[in-house]
Amino acid sequence: MKANMKTAKSKKLIDNRTFISFVILIIALIVINFTDNDYIKRITSLCGIYVILGLSMQLINGFTGLFSLGHAGFMAIGAYTVAILTIAPEDKVMNFFMKPILPFLANVEWWFFPSLIMAGIIAGVFGFLIGAPVLRLTDDYLAIATLGFAEIIRVVFTNTQSLTNGALGLKAIPNNTNVLWSWAMAFITIGFMVFLMKGSYGKAFKAIREDEIAARSMGINLFRHKVMSFTFSAFLAGVAGGLMASLLGTIDPNMFRITLTFNILLIMVLGGLGNIKGTVISAIIVTAAMEVLRFLDESINLGFIQLEGIPGMRMVIFSMILMAVVIFRKDRLLKGN
Amino acid sequence: MSGMDFLQHLANGISLGSLYALIAIGYTMVYGILRLINFAHGDIFMLGGYLTFYGIMFTSIPWWLVFILASVLTGLIGLLLEKIAYKPLRDAPRITVLISAIGASFFLQNFGIVVFGGRPKAFPIPDVLNKVVNLGGVSINIITFIIPTITIILLIALTYFINKTKTGMAMRALSRDYETARLMGIDVNKIISITFFIGSFLAAVGGVMWGTKYPQLLPLMGAMPGIKCFIAAVIGGIGNIGGAVLGGFILGLGEILLVAFFSNLTGYRDAFAFVLLIIILLVKPTGLLGEKTTEKV
Amino acid sequence: MRIMLKIENMTMKFGGVIAANNFNANIEKGRIVGLIGPNGAGKTTIFNVVTGVYMPTEGRVIFNPDDREHVISGLRPDEIAKLGVCRTFQNIRLFKDLSVLDNVFIGNHLRIESNVFSSILRLPGYIKEEKEILKKSLYLLERVGLLQEKDEKAHSLPYGKQRRLEIARALATNPRLLLLDEPAAGMNPQESRELMQFILDIKDEFDLTIFLIEHHMEVVMGICEEIFVLDHGELIAQGNPEAIQNNQRVVEAYLGVE
Repeated sequence: MKANMKTAKSKKLIDNRTFISFVILIIALIVINFTDNDYIKRITSLCGIYVILGLSMQLINGFTGLFSLGHAGFMAIGAYTVAILTIAPEDKVMNFFMKPILPFLANVEWWFFPSLIMAGIIAGVFGFLIGAPVLRLTDDYLAIATLGFAEIIRVVFTNTQSLTNGALGLKAIPNNTNVLWSWAMAFITIGFMVFLMKGSYGKAFKAIREDEIAARSMGINLFRHKVMSFTFSAFLAGVAGGLMASLLGTIDPNMFRITLTFNILLIMVLGGLGNIKGTVISAIIVTAAMEVLRFLDESINLGFIQLEGIPGMRMVIFSMILMAVVIFRKDRLLKGN
Repeated sequence: MSGMDFLQHLANGISLGSLYALIAIGYTMVYGILRLINFAHGDIFMLGGYLTFYGIMFTSIPWWLVFILASVLTGLIGLLLEKIAYKPLRDAPRITVLISAIGASFFLQNFGIVVFGGRPKAFPIPDVLNKVVNLGGVSINIITFIIPTITIILLIALTYFINKTKTGMAMRALSRDYETARLMGIDVNKIISITFFIGSFLAAVGGVMWGTKYPQLLPLMGAMPGIKCFIAAVIGGIGNIGGAVLGGFILGLGEILLVAFFSNLTGYRDAFAFVLLIIILLVKPTGLLGEKTTEKV
Repeated sequence: MRIMLKIENMTMKFGGVIAANNFNANIEKGRIVGLIGPNGAGKTTIFNVVTGVYMPTEGRVIFNPDDREHVISGLRPDEIAKLGVCRTFQNIRLFKDLSVLDNVFIGNHLRIESNVFSSILRLPGYIKEEKEILKKSLYLLERVGLLQEKDEKAHSLPYGKQRRLEIARALATNPRLLLLDEPAAGMNPQESRELMQFILDIKDEFDLTIFLIEHHMEVVMGICEEIFVLDHGELIAQGNPEAIQNNQRVVEAYLGVE
């Protein structure tokens, strides 16, 4: 019975249950897109962004087995690219009141889509340049080196006033990201991942994850494939960063701290290492849960009683759930390819 | 820059380096045995600072005793942390343990925000330690000298413990070959608990002295030093205590001197550790004092 | 006869330990050649040098698949595999969590011509290539008798089948020289006999030259045309099975007579 199911799965790209959930998701998105509730729309858009991020991390960590923690850095690159390319020239003048922006960028005003692609490309180029040296490292060393790069990017962005406006951040980024944009990109990413992993290159990535020595003896050029995976992953993170900048309207370097990478890591682990469907589900649940738990930080009025919010409580609960899930469900995690 | 200024920077660098070294030892000891980056270690350091703060502000216990009690208590918290967050995952894939470590770090930071408040607290420095001495024209706070002194004393004690006692020998055995050591009848859980206690104790001592030198406490104060000290441990050669100390001093001195000599690079101070890390990893991936390992096929 | 693999004055040291000392060997095309010796004699080290896992301390390795000599010592393992040298491992190194079919599929990856984008967009060129790979993989699985288990995870196979899967995966790379590291380990006499026949068959079918390490003497003596005997990193004898069986030094090395 079990073997039969497996056979059926390997022949068809998606099974019936996945197809039905997929249809329900689309309907839900359409319904949400036509409601007037901006709050729900915003969270839904954010979910789409985290789907991209979760899959991007899945590609490098879950499928290729490379422990990379540089996502916040690539997102920052993407976010700043979109911000700088789309902010109207007059708003740029307003933003850069301390120190004017580099002249060649002052009058730039791109459409959203090309800026988004550019965000991905620049993040990808950085991924390529960073990947070439650090992907020689393995395991924890790679983790700490990529984490280091993300921090360096953040520190650099804090200091390059005429490019990023430094610690003050950028405001008045046109709000282009909506449910449609973020989920269109999310679906493209899902398709990208499904087809990539179905093909020969994706299988080669998995081979590297399973056993580097064997993969290399079977003629797989480790370095080339690792850099490829890393670059794609950076590209996706860059696009997601761009979407996020345009959703929030305001960015600053401190948004792109390690905490952000850890959120994505959480989505990946809860989704199951190397599990695309699981990642989509966990991205939605984690993002929604973070929002639901927000009430813990803010005061709420129940009519008869005013409950004081406690700043930080949300993250306390969140981290406790995270640890509980990891500790009590460790056997259920990390399943699926 | 005058020679006097230089001496002052040097003293500050050594003092910061000693603090980094103390924290880095905890990372390297835990990593040596469990192959785990204990991301919560930096937050243990933060707890050490806060416990001291509350001990001094709200009890009548003499300050020096508070320093000691707070460090011991923090050591016990570290031990407890291992029991809750890491022990259940002893045989789980490494990434799960790492996630748990990250979760623990989040928890401690935000627990700090909830309980201690998000605003900075001024660290109550005992008057005895708050003196400036004048050495041939250079004014240096005496804590700048006390920090390296205490560090050296603790290092000597630790070296003795690791090399001469039975428990220390068991620790070394575990970090060299976990499985064999376990089969030889070493009580793994006990040794790991002791390792976490010592590592957390040293981090707490670091936290107390950090509070005395830079008299301000914040719930997130452990995050950056935490990562930097892990880097120090990696630079020196992870698993190697001497390496952690060396790495700590290189980082501390490097940061202070970078800012002193190139004041226009001040903003990049936090990036220094990472740049150094990447250079070292690319040149000598096992760290300065690390041993080379050959992969087995 | 043409020499397929030439190992010249090869020495491999690890720190102070000499794993192989001034080893020389010529392996003729189309032959089955054995490498034997007591445990720790340095047999796998020689395989690791030939496949590029280790870079020899001294000497060189020359591979000549088609009348062009390639110095392969110093190349990366994947470059060597591309030239046509593939291997199996003493302690089986399959892609454990992947399906049996995927393991063989991945063996084909080094010959793929489409780039990654045509694989994602599933362009006709890639689809055609993938179909061929699939056909070949299924054929190889059938050849090693694992077609039934193609959708099982590799690690769920019993030991003997894992060994066969490793051979199928290696064959998928289109090797000219196949290195088998203890292919008969853990097999009973019946299975060993089947394996011998299988090795002879694939040699002819895929036009292979085979270099194998083995402890089962009946396998080595039964199929190898030439045998190298290694002891403590030194080559102590070389010749056909009969000569080796009657060689005094070989007997001493195995029995431990001083």
